[in-house]
Amino acid sequence: MSRIRKITQMKLFLPVFCMILVMLINVIADVAMGKVPWSFFTISIKNGLLYGRIIDVLNRGSEVAILAIGMTLVVSASAGTDISVGSVMSLCACFCCMLLAGYGVSSTTSFAMPLIVGVLGCLLMGVLCGAFNGTLVAYLNVQPMVATLILYSAARAIGLLFCNNLIVYIRVPTSGLSIGYDIFGGYIGPIPTPIIIAAVCVAVMTIVLKKTAFGLSVQSVGINRKASRIAGLNSQRLILLCYIICGLCAGIAGLVASSRITSADANNIGLNYEMDAILAVALGGNSLGGGKFNLAGSIIGAYTIQAITTTMYNMGVSSAQAPVFKGIIVIIIVVIQAPPFKEFLAKQRAKRQQASGKEAASV
Amino acid sequence: MKKPENAVKERRQINGNTLLLLITIGLFIVMYAVGCVIYAGKGFTHLQNFLNILITNAGLLCVACGMTCVMLTGGIDISVGALIAMDCMLLAVGMSEWGMNPILLCILVLVIGVVFGMFQGFCVGYLEIQPFIVSMAGMFFCRGMTAVISTDQVSVPSDSLFYTWANAKITIPFGGYYNKKGILQVPYIRVGVVIALAVLVIIFLVLRYTKFGRSLYAVGGSEQSAAMMGLDVKKTKMEAYVLSSFLCSIGGICYCLNTMAGSVSQATGLEMDAIASSVIGGTLLTGGVGNVIGSFFGVLINGTISSLVKTNGKLLSSWANIATAALLCFFIVLQSVFALLKDRKK
Repeated sequence: MSRIRKITQMKLFLPVFCMILVMLINVIADVAMGKVPWSFFTISIKNGLLYGRIIDVLNRGSEVAILAIGMTLVVSASAGTDISVGSVMSLCACFCCMLLAGYGVSSTTSFAMPLIVGVLGCLLMGVLCGAFNGTLVAYLNVQPMVATLILYSAARAIGLLFCNNLIVYIRVPTSGLSIGYDIFGGYIGPIPTPIIIAAVCVAVMTIVLKKTAFGLSVQSVGINRKASRIAGLNSQRLILLCYIICGLCAGIAGLVASSRITSADANNIGLNYEMDAILAVALGGNSLGGGKFNLAGSIIGAYTIQAITTTMYNMGVSSAQAPVFKGIIVIIIVVIQAPPFKEFLAKQRAKRQQASGKEAASV
Repeated sequence: MKKPENAVKERRQINGNTLLLLITIGLFIVMYAVGCVIYAGKGFTHLQNFLNILITNAGLLCVACGMTCVMLTGGIDISVGALIAMDCMLLAVGMSEWGMNPILLCILVLVIGVVFGMFQGFCVGYLEIQPFIVSMAGMFFCRGMTAVISTDQVSVPSDSLFYTWANAKITIPFGGYYNKKGILQVPYIRVGVVIALAVLVIIFLVLRYTKFGRSLYAVGGSEQSAAMMGLDVKKTKMEAYVLSSFLCSIGGICYCLNTMAGSVSQATGLEMDAIASSVIGGTLLTGGVGNVIGSFFGVLINGTISSLVKTNGKLLSSWANIATAALLCFFIVLQSVFALLKDRKK
């Protein structure tokens, strides 16, 4: 009993447990549909590209995983969520495509500017959006949700302006040594590029957290802003930095998302991604009230969400109906985590123990 | 000697929050006046143009009233847009495919709203889960359920009782004008507007004069103090969410009266419009401060901006979003500046 207790109280218990649960459901579904039980885990190489459901989950989940990095920091430092990331993704993608295709051009087969300019512009735009949100939150004491609400509604609209209300297609394929726009959402060798990008982002962030005091300072700001300021930390600048990183992550995610479809579709890129990113953070066992955070949990959470989505598509649920299950899953997870619910369970357990104790005594 | 005393009293009464409300009202009047001057030739000056803003935003007004109540307790409810989509879909499919009575359907929609609100409120109030997460799950659920009911765009059949309600014009005896052909155009409003305005007045009175309304402010101001005063904080919070979802269902009916159709992607982003309207109207997201009258003007400003963009005709529709966001930014900065000044005084 105590050993089970120990395991359930581990930091990564919830996200890992969810992941295993999803995989189990996959196995059961596969058996029910008459496939090989382990077809979820099989990886094969077709036409020189990695192929398999787990690769698909890793590939499609990259954007949410990248967003989850920034979101974890924001949640930890400011006890609030950045709901603008989806719109910022769209804005960055539109800005990038506008730079590469030229303003007002709806389809192009050659770059108007070198690719690197577009990429840097995209990332810069993300940083700018993050800085805007961060300034409002850190220096003007606006609640994070309200502050990011501004860009939530404006960023997508500005993106539409950049694209002149068009969907900008950049049809520059990668061939040989010349790198096309589809590189970020396509493949390098047999491996999908988004997986590599996500892995690099996670690795860089992990190194920063391990080698510097950044993570610790962010947590202390999240736990008590005033106390950490008195202890000598520049709380405001730290919060600003977290939002800038979150914006940068949104920029990278936007680049990947738009490269996947080699176009800038302002209305659909990053739609509802902010919800997925926040969900990833919550699934990772992080408190949305700020303070301590666990990056690994968030990343696993992000891939778990993608695994849930892929599983549902695999089981024949349409993409419009899938949110029902997502909603139910979210509620179950947060209810399990809620302190009053835990207390209730503890009370029940105590009652049962008392009852069994009494029985033992009477016998 | 009496005069200066009165002056001091009056000055004291106009504190930061009242000033914000006055700025909102002033801004609306200025914006509308500018519209009247620039687009006088395009019919902006007619009373009907103003009434059209009300007609298109009747649903939003109901939702904003509910949102204000939730925000007063320091919470937030982002499920409203999806709930409206579900209501509309239920109404449309119920009438066209299941052949149900519209009155019965409306009651069903309201009951669903209350049950949904009770669940959300229970999670927020008694289980102490963050409102944002709870209502996000609610949003996913409702949006998905809309697709479960039907993934097509369903319209309300034209032979139903609901159709007659939607097309009923309530004419107003003044403010008419003669159009180019010399026919008198009498201004009118729709049933939805009457419902929305009734909701507005009732919620205003409830917030101002009832025990429930006052306890919403108390809980939002400080949960601890409210609990010490003997208020049931958990119950009050839950009631706020029930009220919000109930008003949202009424808003859903108004919305459906206007669009006469149900589709999965309907009313996306409506929750943010409602929140923006409340914030522009002076409601603080931290709770305890706010007023439905402010939210009413917030909705009007929202409507005026989109009406201006629409009347212009040449601007991209995304300019309306940008203008609303810029305005929101302006008010947020103003609010925080007031808060900073207040802190400094202390």
